[in-house]
Amino acid sequence: MTEATAKPDMNDASEGMSYLDGGMRKIVYVYLPLALIMVVLIFPFYWMVLTSIKPEDQLIDMDKYNPFFVVGPTMKHITKLLFESNYPQWLWNTMYVSVIATFLSLIASVLAAYALVRIRFRGAEMVGAAIFLAYLVPPSILFIPLATIIQWYGLFDSPISLILVYPTILIPFSTWLLMGYFKTIPYELEECALIDGASRFQILFKIILPLAVPGLISASIFSLTLCWNEFIYALTFLSSSENKTVPVAIVSEFVDGDIYRWGSLMAGALVGSLPLVILYSFFVEHYVSAMTGAVKE
Amino acid sequence: MSQMTASGAGSAGRSERTLWQRLSHDRNFLGLVFMIPAAAILLMFLAYPLFKGVWLSFTDAKIGRDGVWIGLENYEWLWDDKIFWLSVFNTLVYTIVASIFKFAVGLYLALLLNEKLPFKALIRSIVLIPFVVPTVLSAIAFWWIYDSQFSIISWSLKNMGLINENINFLGDPNNARASLIFANIWRGVPFIAITLLAGLQTVSPSLYEAATLDGATRWQNFWYITFPLLTPIIAVVMTFSVLFTFTDFQLIWAMTRGGPVNATHLMATLGYQRAIMAGNLGEGSAIATAMVPFLLVAIMVSWFGLQRRKWQQGGRDD
Repeated sequence: MTEATAKPDMNDASEGMSYLDGGMRKIVYVYLPLALIMVVLIFPFYWMVLTSIKPEDQLIDMDKYNPFFVVGPTMKHITKLLFESNYPQWLWNTMYVSVIATFLSLIASVLAAYALVRIRFRGAEMVGAAIFLAYLVPPSILFIPLATIIQWYGLFDSPISLILVYPTILIPFSTWLLMGYFKTIPYELEECALIDGASRFQILFKIILPLAVPGLISASIFSLTLCWNEFIYALTFLSSSENKTVPVAIVSEFVDGDIYRWGSLMAGALVGSLPLVILYSFFVEHYVSAMTGAVKE
Repeated sequence: MSQMTASGAGSAGRSERTLWQRLSHDRNFLGLVFMIPAAAILLMFLAYPLFKGVWLSFTDAKIGRDGVWIGLENYEWLWDDKIFWLSVFNTLVYTIVASIFKFAVGLYLALLLNEKLPFKALIRSIVLIPFVVPTVLSAIAFWWIYDSQFSIISWSLKNMGLINENINFLGDPNNARASLIFANIWRGVPFIAITLLAGLQTVSPSLYEAATLDGATRWQNFWYITFPLLTPIIAVVMTFSVLFTFTDFQLIWAMTRGGPVNATHLMATLGYQRAIMAGNLGEGSAIATAMVPFLLVAIMVSWFGLQRRKWQQGGRDD
């Protein structure tokens, strides 16, 4: 956060040396490579969008029409997806699981981060270190034992299993991020409130949280993205078609060997990504600070 | 007299509320209460499965059947299993090659983005898009780009006259490995670039000015100023990157499912196949547990990377 405010000054200062950058040099060494990398980074999405609005004959006949463009775009793939398949159900499942899991982990993380930073109980440092370590335990080594545990609790093929398991990914991350935000809030505010007789819960909800709103937004946006993105748990725990999330459904339900499937596959991938991309475009700054904050703290 | 009664009443009042008062001002009790939700979830669904996974790897558990202790049998079985060793080899190649490229391209992109550019914010948000879009969905897009018949890459190269036949991207073992590694690099570069960019922005420009006045070249500027100041962040970012590349699952599962002829099986996908699809929970757990030593090494590197960072900034080690 402090960087964002400090940045303009740095730019001004660096202008002192910018006369060393000749025009040609900058085009060859900066703009050209940058443009190249950007094209490679963006191309799969361009291709995704293009395929999902291409009429079927243009998809397989690449010589009659230039494949990089589309003539007479069609909404057929997208309407078929939305009105003739289970896709809306899958989208709803993904959203429902992501929002509830994010909300649960946000509550748990706020409490934990406050306790670790401000209450500083005995062993807080060790607990903080343990939470950081939990961040580094990947789902790939947990999904097998978790499958047996989920089975044992009778939660197999239920979205509740995901709502309970996703916080294990989100809590370590959000706690770590929020600890950073809480540390920047001056102690004096809290001392005043303590002297006036406020309880710790009152301090947390009336003083700390309103000041940490950017952190809360960052944590929830990033958590939402992580849930939406999660694959291996959803693949392992869910079996019936109507319970699946978008990423799982798209790899298991769409693959039917049909030569024309690409249009609907790409439409599915596009519609599944759009909500996140739109959300992201509104909160880019929060997103970046979540990403960099978790690494820097 | 009146003073005495007042203080007497006060002490009586204190002893009545004493338990609640003591607890609500006791750091350890409060800390415990605040930690309960997070701790409950992490212990139940993270710590417990972690140990249960190790335990399962010493049993012959199958789906729908609790296993009995069979000692190291699963590991002995894996030791003689060529496919397991192939998956270890694939995982190492995948991790090492992808990480090196991700680091190189990521750092390069970060340096480019750190230049004075028009529409910098816009460019930065575009760069991050591959990271925002769910991995499986972009993997599906790559799957289509790598299609054996209608690949746009094959089509372009053919039209440029560079090749005569379509490239069999996902059907040939080495092509499939390279294709997956490329998709992984594509997906990982934005994260590394943006976090390193955040690190670059904290480097004071006056250092470069001073060095340039002393006659330092651009390369020397980079090598003697930028790189040393950036190493702590690089250590942390690369630990994360290596960790998640090593345990990658989604990209492979969405595109090749370990094929052709197991050439792209990583340890995670092989574990899934053995444990969930074939039902051998014990054997799958043994594969997953075999990833742990590597995980520990990565965590150590990350930990010491963080420590050094605090020390460099003159901060205390908390």
